[in-house]
Amino acid sequence: MSVIVFAGAAQFAAVGFVSAGMPWPAIVLLTALLNARHLLYSAALRPWLSEISTVKRALMAHLLTDESFALTIAHFRRLARADVRGYWLAAIGSTFIPWNAATIIGILGASAIPDPSRLGLDVVFPAAMAGLTIGLISGRRELVAAGAAVVVAIATGLLVDTRIAVLAGGLIGPLAGLALPGPLPANIQPDNPAPMGRGTAHPDLGSSAGSSGAGEASR
Amino acid sequence: MKTDLVGLAFLMFLATYPSRAIPLLSGQFERLSPRLLEYLRLVGPAVLAALAAKSTFVTDAQGPGAFHVGIEWLAVLACLLLVLWRRNLFVGLFAAVVLVAAARSAGLA
Repeated sequence: MSVIVFAGAAQFAAVGFVSAGMPWPAIVLLTALLNARHLLYSAALRPWLSEISTVKRALMAHLLTDESFALTIAHFRRLARADVRGYWLAAIGSTFIPWNAATIIGILGASAIPDPSRLGLDVVFPAAMAGLTIGLISGRRELVAAGAAVVVAIATGLLVDTRIAVLAGGLIGPLAGLALPGPLPANIQPDNPAPMGRGTAHPDLGSSAGSSGAGEASR
Repeated sequence: MKTDLVGLAFLMFLATYPSRAIPLLSGQFERLSPRLLEYLRLVGPAVLAALAAKSTFVTDAQGPGAFHVGIEWLAVLACLLLVLWRRNLFVGLFAAVVLVAAARSAGLA
């Protein structure tokens, strides 16, 4: 899963979903929702990488995570141009290899721990989800969306069914965030994308993409 | 080694890859409405927060669960505060685990 999905939050979440007996279609739907933010990362990188071959971009897309995006966009902005080798280094060297190495260590080491709850390891999942949430909050809308999702998830879990609590919170919470007054990000694409290899300054991509680097703590 | 979740992993890949690849490959993504884009942006923190809340406050059940009170509250809160302060998830997780393990070994939880 760490190789072919390669999405930390979704993988952490899937562990909880599977152990709770959630049906696969619901897990897949939640995975899609949880990773929908990658649409924004991908769109933000598109202008920088538009002159790269489609095959390379397709491969790059698989390695696009919160961390690789945060490192890459900061690197591109600092250079004021795209740096493909920098992308590979960020995506593979600092994320893909360590993530999969840690996964293997976890698999091999798990059998040595007879009762994880005695060591407090059962709290890792909710604590990780809470910590990852902090990494994705960079403004009032995210805060309200997350707060509303908490309320809806708890209410749904207590009053309706625990198996749809997360789905309800994840779908309804963002509506509360959207209801806040204030302008929406007008456009995720810059007006004047910098072509590959040229030293053209790249305009800021706005709050939707620019804020996402906060997920750096997430893996 | 159990392989019964390989199919799920593959389906999760199918649910993840398009969101990573479509804008990068097609360039048509910017045509979506700003409102929809903003909704998608908010889904991430909302789902994660819902996961954390449900796991902390509601017991697992087939149907409605029960309200759970336990040391996990303090552990998750400690993790939250540490991540806010240090911007480091590992530090927060370590503190949460140590807190719960210590409370359980002392018979407090």
